[in-house]
Amino acid sequence: MNPWFVFALMTVAAVFAVLWPLGRRYQSLAGGTEASVYRDQLAEIDRDLAGGLIGAAEAEQARIEISRRLLAATGAETGPVAQPTTRLRRVIAIVALVGLPLAGLAIYLPLGSPQLGDFPLAARSQAPDGKEPLVNLVAQVEAHLEKNPTDGRGWTVLAPVLARLGRSDDAVRAWRNAIAYGGDSSERRADLGEALIAAAGGVVTGEAKGEFERALALNADEVKASYFLGLAAEQDGRTGDAASIWKAMLAKAPPDAPWRGLVQAALSRVGVVAPALSDDTMAAAREMTETDRNAMVRGMVDRLAARLKQNGDDVEGWLRLVRAYLVMGEREKAVTARADARQAVANDADRLRQLNEGLKNLGLDG
Amino acid sequence: MIAEAGHYALVLALGLALIQSVAPIVGARRGDIALMEMARSTALAQLLFVGASFTLLTAAHVTSDFSVVNVFENSHSAKPLLYKITGVWGNHEGSMLLWVAILALFGALVAAFGTNLPLSLRAHVLAVQAWVAAAFYLFILFTSNPFARIAQPPIEGRDLNPILQDIGLAVHPPMLYLGYVGFSISFSFAVAALLEGRIDAAWARWVRPWTLVAWIFLTLGIAMGSYWAYYELGWGGWWFWDPVENASLMPWLAGTALLHSALVMEKRNALKVWTILLSILTFSLSLLGTFLVRSGVLTSVHSFATDPARGVFILLILCIFIGGSLSLYALRAPQLKQGGLFAPISREGALVLNNLFLTTACATVFIGTLYPLALEVLTGEKISVGAPFFNLTFGPLFVPLLLAVPFGPLLAWKRGDLLAAAQRLTAAGIVALIAIALMWAWLRGGPVLAPLAIGLAVFVIAGAISDIAERTGLFRMPLPVSLRRARGLPRSAWGSAFAHAGLGVALIGIVCETTWNSEYIATMKPGQVARIAGYELKLEGLTQRQGPNYRETLAQFSVGLDGEKLPAMTPSKRSFTTRGMSTTEAALLTRGASQLYISLGDASADGGIAIRAYYKPLVLLIWWGPVLMAFGGLLSLSDRRLRVGAPKPARAARRLQAAE
Repeated sequence: MNPWFVFALMTVAAVFAVLWPLGRRYQSLAGGTEASVYRDQLAEIDRDLAGGLIGAAEAEQARIEISRRLLAATGAETGPVAQPTTRLRRVIAIVALVGLPLAGLAIYLPLGSPQLGDFPLAARSQAPDGKEPLVNLVAQVEAHLEKNPTDGRGWTVLAPVLARLGRSDDAVRAWRNAIAYGGDSSERRADLGEALIAAAGGVVTGEAKGEFERALALNADEVKASYFLGLAAEQDGRTGDAASIWKAMLAKAPPDAPWRGLVQAALSRVGVVAPALSDDTMAAAREMTETDRNAMVRGMVDRLAARLKQNGDDVEGWLRLVRAYLVMGEREKAVTARADARQAVANDADRLRQLNEGLKNLGLDG
Repeated sequence: MIAEAGHYALVLALGLALIQSVAPIVGARRGDIALMEMARSTALAQLLFVGASFTLLTAAHVTSDFSVVNVFENSHSAKPLLYKITGVWGNHEGSMLLWVAILALFGALVAAFGTNLPLSLRAHVLAVQAWVAAAFYLFILFTSNPFARIAQPPIEGRDLNPILQDIGLAVHPPMLYLGYVGFSISFSFAVAALLEGRIDAAWARWVRPWTLVAWIFLTLGIAMGSYWAYYELGWGGWWFWDPVENASLMPWLAGTALLHSALVMEKRNALKVWTILLSILTFSLSLLGTFLVRSGVLTSVHSFATDPARGVFILLILCIFIGGSLSLYALRAPQLKQGGLFAPISREGALVLNNLFLTTACATVFIGTLYPLALEVLTGEKISVGAPFFNLTFGPLFVPLLLAVPFGPLLAWKRGDLLAAAQRLTAAGIVALIAIALMWAWLRGGPVLAPLAIGLAVFVIAGAISDIAERTGLFRMPLPVSLRRARGLPRSAWGSAFAHAGLGVALIGIVCETTWNSEYIATMKPGQVARIAGYELKLEGLTQRQGPNYRETLAQFSVGLDGEKLPAMTPSKRSFTTRGMSTTEAALLTRGASQLYISLGDASADGGIAIRAYYKPLVLLIWWGPVLMAFGGLLSLSDRRLRVGAPKPARAARRLQAAE
């Protein structure tokens, strides 16, 4: 159906609602009156008296009071005065006929998108066009693999997609098949382990750990496996082991490795201040004088503060800044940073809570 | 087309509201019946269009049309159908649409069933109602449009906040909104009376059923919200004095006061100006609640979205309506005819006392809620006013109020006899004293205040029963006579007895839960047993399960009491992949009015899981009380309708002649 046709019908209905009362004839005032309420009340007193709920004297008193109100009310009712104000009615009729459609369009057109049709999901799933949804492609690949379960390449393509869709259990099965039919490799073992973790809701299970160890046996430099083994150690409460695994990763890492930040964050989580700098810079720092080193640290802190001023969402960053100020013995700045941090994340309850917990750990809550 | 039609329907509703806000008033001024009648047809048409708009948005949610931003941001194709529907109002834009839909519903109800109202009063009421509606239509269309579209629709939505994926969302917000918005009717009546410059006892009679409806829904809505927080948030708490909860409590307190003062106005033509003020304040507090929750001033579960533009707009609406109505009040109230006088010891006096306590309690909550916000705005200092403040101020205000509750219905109108009322309450007092003594003997030491509080609650309940016994002449007269009188008793008398008893019931629940609540927090491994209040909870095992749009860890507990085997409990923890959030689903085992409560915490690496187990004696009374109150309200409402709707014409006519 054409949307404009529907809009027109709706407009006609709205205009009709305004015009209809104007076209009717009214004999008299149809509404209720005050007097009827008081008559009700009088009847109520009779009933209460008959039921023995009130005494005769009280009833008489109440009756007099209500009768007085009733008299006043009937006196005030001057009777139905219906003077059709023709001019006024005409103005309203014109407003309804012309104004309502015009105002409707004037408001709707800038806001609405009448050219857009419906996109119910069911209809879209069946549409065989080029923009076919990922879900359908996955279903097709799965159907294909159902028939050719030994297609190792197919499983290798499907598995990461399943993992991204959140279908962790299926992803685990897919990676297993990929390894069985497409050949073993350290990457696939590591990916399988990752899928197992996702399926377990973030817990590095024994099974997953086994896969990472196998991956490392195939390739000692497998980054993902190392990282997750560190995580396993952390989850087991062996933070020392976790830290040493991650430190070793950082030591071996090329300076521009994209996962550096992730590992550093993990390290700071277990309480080790991550070497945020490459080894060369650290070595240089070791050779500096006390003043130079202080200047370098201060420079880093200032950069952090400047970054947080622009983007205050980073709770970890704020906590690092506060900790740095505290270490440098600058308590006022730490307090100011705390206030800034709270203001920056005030709109986000989760972050605010996280921040407050962190501050509590630093002994700077309140 | 579905979404666009919904959008256009909303725009048309705005157009109709604008006409409805002017034409009927002009009609009433000129005495033109047709223009006054126009308020009815436009109010009904508004309901048609807003209802259509809401239905079409729901249709977009059900069919997962992700080209609608609102659907994309708050829905997911894998979500169960129920949550696809409730998700419509589980977000800012949709909930505002529900708000105006209910506003339109109330307007249409007045238009359809307000046939007993004088024409000009009805025209004024509906016009004022249309002002409110127009303001909110503008707010929705320009700052929170639920029908905004995406030209290139994404294939999957972002899912609804997992905490809201619960049956509670199907009931709590609609109930609460029916309450909040229902008070708009008494507001409109008040402003209409001020505009007309005429107010009398009949006004109170007309406005009372609407206030009662709003009050019933608000009571149920608050109770439902409290129960939802209790089982969903996993802390076992049922009231947190959270600003958003307070925002719903304030209109309830003011509305309860309004209900009582309107009674005085109806019966005795007194307290008129005060009742008008209360009507205005109650709805203002409802608006304030909407503002607090929607503007992002507060962060809580309820704030779905925060956007400064919305905040400013709502603030504007708030200023115009509250400021405007109060200015009108200040201007017109002195010209209103003052009502009758009465002695301090009388039914009216008791109701004034009730009003004093309720409004003071309301003011206390108001200060506790808004003071920290004001302080933060003025000085930047952040403080939190928590439960201790409210417990310390609210408690002392409610104790005398509860003590006075049984006296009110026993006092006569105009001039009451306190001594006689006290005599009639002797039985209730004795029952309460026995309850206190029994509690003391049973506890031998222990908390001192708890038995006293329970005694107070028993006094309130027994007082409500004595009131009914007194009216029916139970024990004084033969049983058949009493039964006949009980049948003849006005339903509103039964209603107030039930509502007052509900207050006592809730108090017992509150006292028992806070005093004798036992808690057990530990990390358990399968096979281990926790003991709490005589119950043995054995963790049988942990299993994983895949839900439609989440994974959950279930813990099976077998429950035993003195060797007897009770139904198993399976609390769970759900993790939702789309939002990366998890929720706890507490397991509840109900034994009478008491409950055993287990919720899960985090799993530890060695296969254990943190659990919180609570035994909460008589906790369900906390919610049965409000349900009882709402039932009382319903009884009272049925009474009104019967009597206002169907007067006895013959008899009434005779009475009229006698009066003249």
